[in-house]
Amino acid sequence: MDFDYQAMRTFADSWGLLYMFAIFVFVVFWTFRPGAKSLSDDAAQIPFKED
Amino acid sequence: MTSGIPIIFTALAAFAAMLAAAFGQDSLFQAHMTVLCIAMALASIVMLRNLKFAPDWDKSKPAKADPSEYMDDVIRAGVIATTFWGVVGFLVGVVAAMQLAWPELNFQPYFNFGRIRPLHTSAVIFAFGGNALIATSFYIVQRTCRARLWGGGLGWFVFWGYQLFIVMAATGYLLGITQGKEYAEPEWYVDLWLTVVWVAFLIVFLGTLVKRKEPHIYVANWFLLSFIITVAMLHLVNGLTMPVSLLGSKSYSAFAGVQDALTQWWYGHNAVGFFLTAGFLGMMYYFVPKQANRPVYSYRLSIIHFWGLIFLYIWAGPHHLHYTALPDWAQTLGMVFSIMLWMPSWGGMINGLMTLQGAWDKVRTDPILRMMVISLAFYGMSTFEGPMMSIKTVNSLSHYTDWTIGHVHSGALGWNGMITFGALYYLVPKLWGRNQLYSLRMVNWHFWLATLGIVVYAAVMWVSGITQGLMWREYDSQGYLVYSFAESIAAMHPYYVMRVFGGLLFLSGSIVMAYNLTMTILGKSRDEQPFTSVATAATPAE
Repeated sequence: MDFDYQAMRTFADSWGLLYMFAIFVFVVFWTFRPGAKSLSDDAAQIPFKED
Repeated sequence: MTSGIPIIFTALAAFAAMLAAAFGQDSLFQAHMTVLCIAMALASIVMLRNLKFAPDWDKSKPAKADPSEYMDDVIRAGVIATTFWGVVGFLVGVVAAMQLAWPELNFQPYFNFGRIRPLHTSAVIFAFGGNALIATSFYIVQRTCRARLWGGGLGWFVFWGYQLFIVMAATGYLLGITQGKEYAEPEWYVDLWLTVVWVAFLIVFLGTLVKRKEPHIYVANWFLLSFIITVAMLHLVNGLTMPVSLLGSKSYSAFAGVQDALTQWWYGHNAVGFFLTAGFLGMMYYFVPKQANRPVYSYRLSIIHFWGLIFLYIWAGPHHLHYTALPDWAQTLGMVFSIMLWMPSWGGMINGLMTLQGAWDKVRTDPILRMMVISLAFYGMSTFEGPMMSIKTVNSLSHYTDWTIGHVHSGALGWNGMITFGALYYLVPKLWGRNQLYSLRMVNWHFWLATLGIVVYAAVMWVSGITQGLMWREYDSQGYLVYSFAESIAAMHPYYVMRVFGGLLFLSGSIVMAYNLTMTILGKSRDEQPFTSVATAATPAE
């Protein structure tokens, strides 16, 4: 397989794009998964634990 | 100071710089290495004079600093450096503005506009903003991880190494040494030094994260870590150059033509995105909740804000190259991603502002919080304006005009400046163990001087920028350009004078801050009427 410009960009705007988008969608779902609210409310209190 | 290792290092560096100055291939390199030699020699002398040879007989004091305590000395130094470079950077900005209004002020060759301008941009972005980011990231990572800064003296290396970078960059600009890449002007050897310092910064930050006592990494640290890593990546790729000689000041980029331009604006725009946005958002997500004394409005929104910014920002750079030799699809890609950035940016702004929900009355009585609120307002405004300007049809009017300059300043002065001022006002009493600032009234003065300064600056630049853009593309019925370029320059004069006024307002605000912080550090307190809410004031005396 040769790594010319066209091959690289075709990979980037197909599988590369899909990969990035899938990670992003996963992160968003993970953030809003059930049970995440109480965990994130705890995390929001971190700055107030010290001084 | 009890260790001799840094002294050996600076003394050897002074000697090496002397050799480099002697054998330098061009006069600029020789001059620059002389500057380095003097700086290193001075550093060696100062450290030698502070060196203690006598053993520490006082056994009551622990030999080593208590590892449970936070390492705050380097943050105190960072706060002072931030304030100092801030005033210097704003002053140089006013000088640059005056040079545009009155060209006689271009003193050749060292103080002409071409050299003063990068001095101004680097002084405010890298000296003022960079020191603010290093100091606050060291503060935030220790507090939110409940761990002492990792690496001991490495934190000090980061601080002094960064100051050396600033001095070398600044003296290089005045001498006329430049790569000619915006926000990446320093030449190859200064770039290499910055790489060393930046890697040390990353190691200190990561080391502290690794030994944290708090299981969860607070979101402010996410933003700060992404800022450190991304800036390292950008700097390394855009700094890929081949020096003409290892003892010469000139280097050539590894890229050519439009690829070099795209690499530069991939760097340039993400320096805005990760240095001036992600880094300062890290500051925002810590200091706004602390000053308002309530947790961030939505922690989950802050995580979406983070990932949205990370996934979108890196693609927005091509909007700096609209209507150039860059392929059309790449320009459109940059535009589309810039527009999509509206969402995370406004999500973050709303998150910051809504943190004050139920505490809006504090904005009336707490000028520090007010400063943070206005910084968020400017964040929202400039992240609205930026995507709008990236739209090709808007850009055809705005590009190369003063509108861009106005946009940059509403972002840098309004968002970065104001959130930094708020953080400094928060930090100084805490770091020096004072109950309160020297004067809250002076914070209020600073707030209004700075806000009015930005409003004058941005409004004037809108008018002059749109005037410029319209004059440049005004055709008559014969198809000829109506105005010569010189006529568009002459039309700018009144606006340039007004801009000097706006800059002077902002500069005087920063001088008020420097005085206020100095007096706070000295432990003074100004006799003044406190801020009280209307409800309290209306309560009759008992």
